[in-house]
Amino acid sequence: MTAMNMVQALNSAMDVMLARDANVLVFGEDVGFFGGVFRVTDGLQQRYGETRVFDAPISEGGQIGVAIGMGAYGLRPVVECQFADYIYPAFDQLVSEAARLRYRSGGEFNAPITVRSPYGGGIFGGQTHSQSPEGLFSHVCGLKTVIPSNPYDAKGLLIAAIEDDDPVLFFEPKRLYAGPFDGHYERPAQTWAKHPLGEVPSGHYAIPLGCAATVRAGEALTILAYGTMVHVALAAAAETGVDAEILDLRTIVPLDIEAITASVEKTGRCLIVHEATRTSGFGAELSALVQERCFYHLEAPILRVTGWDTPYPREFEWEYFPGPLRVGAAIRKIMAA
Amino acid sequence: MRRNVDVDADAPSELVSTRPEGNSPVTQGSALRLHIPEARFRPGDKPDFGYLNLPKVGDTPCPPIDAAAASLRDLAYGMVRVLDDDGTARGPWAPKLDPETLLKALRAMLLTRAFDDRMFQAQRQGKTPFYMKCTGEEAAAIGQAFALNRDDMCFATYRQQGILIARDWPILDMMAQIYANSLDRLKGRQMPVLYSARDAGYFTQSGNLGTQLPQAVGWAMASAYKRDTKIASGWIGEGASAEGDFHHALTFASVYRAPVILNLVNNQWAISSAQSVAGGDEATFASRAIGYGIPGVRVDGNDLLAVYAVSRWAAERARSNHGPTLIEHFTYRAAAHSTSDDPSRYRSGDEYERWPLGDPIARLKTHLIAQDQWDEARHAALASEVEGQVDDANKQAQRLGVHGGGPYHDPATMFEDVFKEMPWNLREQQAELAALMSRKP
Repeated sequence: MTAMNMVQALNSAMDVMLARDANVLVFGEDVGFFGGVFRVTDGLQQRYGETRVFDAPISEGGQIGVAIGMGAYGLRPVVECQFADYIYPAFDQLVSEAARLRYRSGGEFNAPITVRSPYGGGIFGGQTHSQSPEGLFSHVCGLKTVIPSNPYDAKGLLIAAIEDDDPVLFFEPKRLYAGPFDGHYERPAQTWAKHPLGEVPSGHYAIPLGCAATVRAGEALTILAYGTMVHVALAAAAETGVDAEILDLRTIVPLDIEAITASVEKTGRCLIVHEATRTSGFGAELSALVQERCFYHLEAPILRVTGWDTPYPREFEWEYFPGPLRVGAAIRKIMAA
Repeated sequence: MRRNVDVDADAPSELVSTRPEGNSPVTQGSALRLHIPEARFRPGDKPDFGYLNLPKVGDTPCPPIDAAAASLRDLAYGMVRVLDDDGTARGPWAPKLDPETLLKALRAMLLTRAFDDRMFQAQRQGKTPFYMKCTGEEAAAIGQAFALNRDDMCFATYRQQGILIARDWPILDMMAQIYANSLDRLKGRQMPVLYSARDAGYFTQSGNLGTQLPQAVGWAMASAYKRDTKIASGWIGEGASAEGDFHHALTFASVYRAPVILNLVNNQWAISSAQSVAGGDEATFASRAIGYGIPGVRVDGNDLLAVYAVSRWAAERARSNHGPTLIEHFTYRAAAHSTSDDPSRYRSGDEYERWPLGDPIARLKTHLIAQDQWDEARHAALASEVEGQVDDANKQAQRLGVHGGGPYHDPATMFEDVFKEMPWNLREQQAELAALMSRKP
């Protein structure tokens, strides 16, 4: 085990896969010589050469279109989309093409591609460097969507994503790259150095897609979270003193429905938190699923704490970000019901 | 002849020139005009294609395959033509093809046309909801297919069915897809004519236009990455060249010198929109390549020998690591866009008769007759033979089911292949549908 932050863990995942499988290649804007604007591909070009790790034109539609063709040939391309906010030019290639190759060809072709993208807020990126677009993709059948919350998971899930034979969107909460962030922006930044999940094996391991992790066991209510919000939920539970059970979903497609229903049936209460905007967000799907499956176990309405339904406003970062204050208030409301 | 429309409702009565402090003159008071391109001919017009200024047959030089793209500029504005009106092959591009190969290509074109005619009829009979013919454009797909190796991967649009036929893919399999019957390998999921045939080097077709072009580049990049010898052939229409995908493909093909042939079929029409709406009046589509440092070659798309020669040149260039080529196949869509539109509503009735580049089948036939390799009687016999082949396959296909008589696959299969392994939500939905169907009276 080695102490790693999330950037190093993701780098290690690609390092392991580049070494194991000659069909793995990595490309994207600034990922080659420079090693990526967030340093996630640092050193990989030097280690594996320019034909395996290289810079791509600023053309997300082109990057994903090309990756699909590579995948159809039999390669396993890993594309870095520099910010999730930049992924929209590739929307058609992801939605109409990558997601459907296997289906429309009766299994003749598939697109085993991984699209990594730094995502989420907390760095004063405003509306074009802060978005959480996972709900746009979870609505598309044929795409898998992964959102890790810590270095150990990030590496294991990225390896699983690269090894997966279906297209995977891998959203990396950029505010978690250097350390866990519980929404207390006013406190000194944490690092992963002392966090148990900052201990990462240096070799190969995969965390299967579709398995949630119980990051805090509890009896009073269930909090469904992923990415940065896992840490916010932990802080809110501690601050309210409520014995919450917190599930880190880790992947939203496929979704660990059994873990969700088992927890809500036990606690009878459910809070859903995500950083993305609320209306038609993934929380709406979670809320519907919990209602459909756990209605007779519920003792309170299901609540959502999410980003507001506005673009991400730079100067109001902390009024926008669904921090522990808002999550705590929702916990109290559910417990009072 | 129609002119392009210039919106000019309030033309200025006078222009006022002033000379601001020590600078160049500035024109003031001139109202701007919005340019809206229009088709040259619409219903009721007498088409005259004299404006095309076609270069003489055989006049275009044939450069070496390793020529620098910058030295090939003229190829993008001219047109490679090999067959003249008498059926003689002229000039340095004339390929040395043996008569057997040419007869195979002729047969593939005739079979494609007979297939199209029969499937069009099947649509009119209600046996498929939809069909798309490639009449008049057979030489583009088939000429290139003959210039490629069978394992070179083609990323085709819906008008390159000729590639499958040139590669001897069973027409029964194609009909099964059109009828979505029990033999349909795509299990009734895809719209008619959106084939997939990996074993024929034929990538799964998309109904979205243009998306396959960057994918062809990616496939070619992968082949080069693996030090393979196969190249890719991507296809797009002139209309969809306005999509970003076209420019993404050219950018990546150029940047990584991908071993790919990018084919643009300019058949003059995108449903009812003329090629001018895609920007064809401002510059040739082949010339789009120039800014990317890629050779752009315009070819007479109704001349199988010319298409073969240019395709062969581009394929050899790609195979020897000199990178991609953009080929503009200059042709004419003789039939409707699809069974869903009536071209007499938007274009002149005799446009195709007046099209100066003729019919690709008739031109190859004339060439073979001029070479003493062919005659009218044998041609009629071949045409009748391929019609018989189509009829036999069609009878067989229809016995396995036609549109409306099915479904011929278990509806449970609709939940398969979304992912490699079916997730719980699809398993539940599959069970829900099965339960509903079992209750059906």
